[in-house]
Amino acid sequence: MMSTVKFWIASFVVSIAFLVLTRWLITNEYYFFAGYQVLQFIVLATAWNILGGYTGYTNFGTGAFFAVGAYSAVVLHKLTSLPVPVMMLVGGIMSGIIGFGMGYLTLRLKGVFFAIATLALAIVAQTLIVNWDYVGGSRGIYVIRPQHAPISGSYIQYLYSLMLALTWVSVAVARTIERSTLGLGFNAIRDDELAAEAGGVPTLRLKLIATTLSGALMGMSGAPLPYYVTYLDPASSFNLSYAVNSVAMPMIGGMTSWIGPIVGAVLLGTIQQLATVTISSALNLLIVGVLLILFVVIAPNGVVGLMQSRWRARIR
Amino acid sequence: MVGPILEVTGLGKRFGGFVALQNINVSVAPGERLGLIGPNGSGKSTLVNCLSGALHHDSGGIVFNGRRIDGMPAYQRTRLGLARSFQLPKPFRSLNLLDNLRIPLLYTVNARHGAHLSGAEIDERCRALLADVGLIDKARRLPRDLTQVEMRKLELARAVASAPRLLFADEAMAGLSPSEVEEILVVLFRLNEQGITIVLIEHIMRAVMSFSTRLVVLVAGQKIADGAPQEAIRNPEVERAYLGE
Repeated sequence: MMSTVKFWIASFVVSIAFLVLTRWLITNEYYFFAGYQVLQFIVLATAWNILGGYTGYTNFGTGAFFAVGAYSAVVLHKLTSLPVPVMMLVGGIMSGIIGFGMGYLTLRLKGVFFAIATLALAIVAQTLIVNWDYVGGSRGIYVIRPQHAPISGSYIQYLYSLMLALTWVSVAVARTIERSTLGLGFNAIRDDELAAEAGGVPTLRLKLIATTLSGALMGMSGAPLPYYVTYLDPASSFNLSYAVNSVAMPMIGGMTSWIGPIVGAVLLGTIQQLATVTISSALNLLIVGVLLILFVVIAPNGVVGLMQSRWRARIR
Repeated sequence: MVGPILEVTGLGKRFGGFVALQNINVSVAPGERLGLIGPNGSGKSTLVNCLSGALHHDSGGIVFNGRRIDGMPAYQRTRLGLARSFQLPKPFRSLNLLDNLRIPLLYTVNARHGAHLSGAEIDERCRALLADVGLIDKARRLPRDLTQVEMRKLELARAVASAPRLLFADEAMAGLSPSEVEEILVVLFRLNEQGITIVLIEHIMRAVMSFSTRLVVLVAGQKIADGAPQEAIRNPEVERAYLGE
């Protein structure tokens, strides 16, 4: 089994190689647009899985954390001329703080009550943004991309590179958690919270760590959005599709392993991109819904769970 | 003279208008094997839940090992050395048996002041615990592969993994055959010989009588007898509670 440090190094090398290869081989700008979307979904699904998959707390408020990241960037864009990576950090901190606050207020709730509370958070956050004129309110806001990217290539290629870096960080963080004492504690909470507490696990503290980390990563993935779309409005930034996708992707890929959300995000993200260019983007949520139903029936533990159970059956 | 390891005074618990526990006074000596019995609904599990921190009591006080633990979260009580097993086994279903035991070792033993077991030491201790309860062959299996009696043993092993000074074994033998009850009793006797004080909550009277050095009887949330097992079960109030008028 690869150690955590080796995994960080190996995944860094793979990410750099992937970046160089894609930047070298691909000339069509569209593929960077599409790639950015898929990578963004990997981050969102991985971040969701830290709370939803590892600790078993279903979060329907992905859109809120994502949009807080995006609107933090809008505010910074208007006030300063900070580089996008710094905006991503600030977006992450803002969403992390909201994640902590949400955790503190709602983590005594369980199951469906917690899920509804997270959905309510998204609605409250959207209402606040709709009524905040400084960031465009309900009519939205235009964000002019800088003409030149700080590194070679187009600005979209730059955003794609940043999202790839964030993907590396979030996957490495998720994998590190999974193999750590923290990850075992999360698993214990998911399997039985009462037994976890009786086993010495400080459940409330661990859940706060999960909500904060998960929220922070979601916020970081939302921060480059204003530069990616150049026009940001509450309807699109708080779109339900972010919540649905970030739940569906780990469920389809498998929620008990760091690799599950990647599999789910690549699968669903790619299918949605293909549907968008060949049929219509209106079909995207339908595709997610159909696949989700299929997987819940055929492989409730996702692709990774299916492969694990086959592997276990073979060695028995 | 050594003081009690657990001292419960005037403990009370209500659920709305229902009085689950009323003015419970119990003292447990270090190394003791205490049986806690009572008809269904008498408040045994509620008492264990209050003492282990799963529920908060409404009145009275609990002193464990010379320290007041009222209001303390369950995980901190476990870290102090107060462990419990559950009436219905609650294994961590997605984790193999080794990881089931690794959790209390990491979060309890390693969280104690001055204690830090390395990964290898933790692994060794998990294997030793599984060997103690006869589950070492299934160390890498998931709990779903265990039989009922094995599940009970895992439950006890996980409670013991936190290196407790006092263990509440809540109906650890419920639903088991006589030979399986004997297997669990052997495990409990061995744990007691290792210095762990055990409070056995049980309905199987044969097991309680052979195990306990003292018996506490609860009826309708009140303690009605406390003493040597043979004396306690001959108490007229206990006979009335179990056999009727």
